[in-house]
Amino acid sequence: MTAFLALVRKDLILFLHDRRALLISLALPIIIASFFGFLFGGGGAKGGSAIDIALVLQDTSKTSAAIAAGLKADSSLAVAPMNIDEARAAVGSGKRKAAIVIPAGFGAAAGDALFGGAAKPEIGLLYDPSQPAVLSMVKGMLTQQVMQVVSSEMFGGAAGGREASERSLRALEARPQDADTVALRGVLESVIKYQALPVKEGEAGAKKAGLTTPFTTRDESVSGKGDAGPAGYNAFAHSFAGMGVQFILFMGIEMGTSLLHARRSGVWSRLQAAPVSLSTLLLARAASSALIAFVILCVIFAFAVLVFHVRIASLPGFVGLALCFALVTASFGVLIAAFGKTPEAARGLALFATLMMVMLGGAWLPSFLFPAWLQQAALAVPTKWAIDGFDAVTWRGMDLAAVLPAMGAQLGFALLFAVLAVWRFRKMA
Amino acid sequence: MLLEASNLAKAYGARRAVDGVSFQLRAGQTLGLIGPNGAGKSTTVGMLCGLLAPDAGSVRVRGRQVGPGANEAKRCIGLVPQDLALYEDLPAFENLMLFGALYGVPRALRRERAARVLEQVNLQERARDRPSTFSGGMKRRLNIGAALMHAPELLVLDEPTVGVDPQSRNAIFDILERLKGEGCALVYTSHYMEEVERLADQIVVIDGGKVLADDTPAGLQRRLPSQAALRVELAGEPDPVMLDGLRAMAGVTTLQQTGLQLKIGLAQATDALPVMSWLERSGCRALGFATARTRLEDIFLHLTGRSLRD
Repeated sequence: MTAFLALVRKDLILFLHDRRALLISLALPIIIASFFGFLFGGGGAKGGSAIDIALVLQDTSKTSAAIAAGLKADSSLAVAPMNIDEARAAVGSGKRKAAIVIPAGFGAAAGDALFGGAAKPEIGLLYDPSQPAVLSMVKGMLTQQVMQVVSSEMFGGAAGGREASERSLRALEARPQDADTVALRGVLESVIKYQALPVKEGEAGAKKAGLTTPFTTRDESVSGKGDAGPAGYNAFAHSFAGMGVQFILFMGIEMGTSLLHARRSGVWSRLQAAPVSLSTLLLARAASSALIAFVILCVIFAFAVLVFHVRIASLPGFVGLALCFALVTASFGVLIAAFGKTPEAARGLALFATLMMVMLGGAWLPSFLFPAWLQQAALAVPTKWAIDGFDAVTWRGMDLAAVLPAMGAQLGFALLFAVLAVWRFRKMA
Repeated sequence: MLLEASNLAKAYGARRAVDGVSFQLRAGQTLGLIGPNGAGKSTTVGMLCGLLAPDAGSVRVRGRQVGPGANEAKRCIGLVPQDLALYEDLPAFENLMLFGALYGVPRALRRERAARVLEQVNLQERARDRPSTFSGGMKRRLNIGAALMHAPELLVLDEPTVGVDPQSRNAIFDILERLKGEGCALVYTSHYMEEVERLADQIVVIDGGKVLADDTPAGLQRRLPSQAALRVELAGEPDPVMLDGLRAMAGVTTLQQTGLQLKIGLAQATDALPVMSWLERSGCRALGFATARTRLEDIFLHLTGRSLRD
C-alpha cells in the first residue's frame, strides 16, 4: 500500500507541476465549451439571434409600406433599408444573409393578382449561398406579411382594396365565361358587397380584418422529468459535457504516452526492479489518472454551473457518471501504453481514435444529426454513453436510475480496456 | 556468500546473450563485470536484479532466489541503471522519497534517509529542485542516491559514469568508495577499465555470453606474460640487429615497433633497468624512456581480442 500511495502521489505532483497539462486539461475545455455553448443557443432562456436582412423598397404604395413595417416589426428579422446596389453588395460580402426587393407598383399588382385575374408581381430575393436555410425562413416570413397586408387591403374596405376588387371583376368579365370564372365572379361580387358594408358602431377607425393564419401555437420545450420545464435546456450543459469528455481523453493519452516515455527512459525498468508487482504499478497509474480525470470533470462542470447556470439535476447521477468516465479514461491510457511502440506513434494513433470517439459521441455536433446507422454505430464508443449521460443528468433533468445504463456501459468499456492492457503487459513481460 | 549466480543462460531468439555465466560475491566486496559491447553484461545485470527471468540457472542473494516477483530478494538489491531513471520533473527529495516507498521504507525513516542520501551524494542544497535543472553529473549522483534509499546490501551499478566530466566521475567514485567502506557490496560494470581497477576486488570478464576470466586484479595480471612495459622514444631508425638482440634478452616478453617508438613487454617491472642499460651499450640513441605496469585494459584486450564489436 505504501508503494501504491507513493506512486499515486508522484503522479499527482507531476501533474500539478506541469502547467501545460493543467492548462490543456482545465482552461481549454472551458474556453471551447463556452464558445460552443454560445454558438448553439446559450442558456436557452433567450430566443435565437435575429436574421440580418436588407430591404429594398422600390414601391411607394401603402400596401408595400405596410409589408415593410410588418417585416421590421418581426423580432426574428433585423431589417436594414437599402437601395438595390447596397443590398447586393451586403449579401455578396456576407454582411446580410438575404435581401428582399419589393418592386415599384407591387401594391397595386398584388391586389389585382390575388384572385388570379392579373399577372403576379415578383418580389426579388437575394441570398447568401452559404446560408440556404435562411432563404426558406425569409420566404415564409415574407409570405405571411404579404398575405396579411394584401388580404387586409382587399377585405378591409379601404378605397384601394375596393378599386382592386372592381378591376379584378372587370378583368374576369372580359374572359370567356366558363364555370370557374363564373364561380370566381360570384366570390368577387360578394367581396365587393362586403367592402361596401358600413363599419359597425364601436369600430370607428377600425379596419375590417383580412386573411390571417387560422391558428396560433403554444410552444413548450420538453426536457425530461420534473420541473426541468421550458427553461431546462442549456446549450452549455451539452457543450461542457462534450468538451470535458474530449479533453479528459486527451489527458488519458498523455498518461499513456508518459508510461511509454518511462519505458524508453529506463524508469519503468527501475520500477520493476523494486519489490512491487506489475499490477501495483499499473493500478497506481490508473488510479492517479482516474482521480485527476474525475477532479477535472468536476471543476469543468463547476465552472458551467457557476457561470452559465447549468443545472445538475441529479448529483449522485453526475458523480457516478464522472467516476465511470474517469475509469474509462484511466484504462484507455493504460491501453495506449500497452499497445504503443513509441510515444510519438502512440500519440498520433490515440489522438485519431479519440477524435473519432468524441465525434461519434456527439461532442461536436448533436448525434441526432447523424444518419440512423451511424447513431447505432455510435453506441459502440464510450464517449456516446458519457455525453448522453451528462446530458441526462443536466438539462434533461433525469435521475440516477435513468443513467445507470450509461454508467454500466462505461464500466464495461473500462473493464475491456483494462483486461486488454494487462494481457498485453503480461505478454511483454 | 551474498550473491551467487549459477550457470545463468538467456537467449533472445536464436542468439544466446548469456551462456553459462557463474560467479559469486562476498558481502562488502566489489565485483567488476567487464566485457566488450554485446558481451552479455546488461542481460546479466537484468537477471541479477530480477528484471529478467533466466532461461536456465539461478541468482541467489543471501540464499533467496532472485527473479521477477521475488520481492524479498529484491529488497536486498539496489539498482543504478545506465539510463538516468529518474522523474525529471519531480523534485530530488520527492524522487528519493518515491524510491524509498517502493522498497517499503516507513515514512518517518524515509524522510531521514532521503536527507542523509542527499548529503551522501552532495545534493543537499538542491533537494527541492527538479532533476531537469541538474547537470549531467548531478543527475548521475541522484541516480545513485535513488538506489541507496532502502540501504541495500548489494548495489548493482550498470555503467554509472557514462557521459560525465572527470570531476563528477571522481565525486561518484568517492561516493562508491565510501559505500564500500561502509560494507556495501558492489557489482560494477563499466567500459572504463581504470574505474574497475580502482574499485574491484574481483573481476569477471565476459564475452559472447561466457565468462572468460574470474579472478582478483592481481590474479588476472599474472595471466599475462608481461607484468610491465617499457616505452622507448628513439632518435632515429633502429638497427634490425639490435632489435633481434633485444628480443632475445632475458626478461623481454614482447617487442612492438611503431615508427620511432618501441614498446617492450617485461616479465617483471624490475627488468626495465637491465634493458635500458643494454640499449645504451648497444648504441641505441634514445630520447626518452617510460615504464608502466600492465593495465587492466591490456588484460582485457588480451582476453577479448582487438577486433571491433558493434
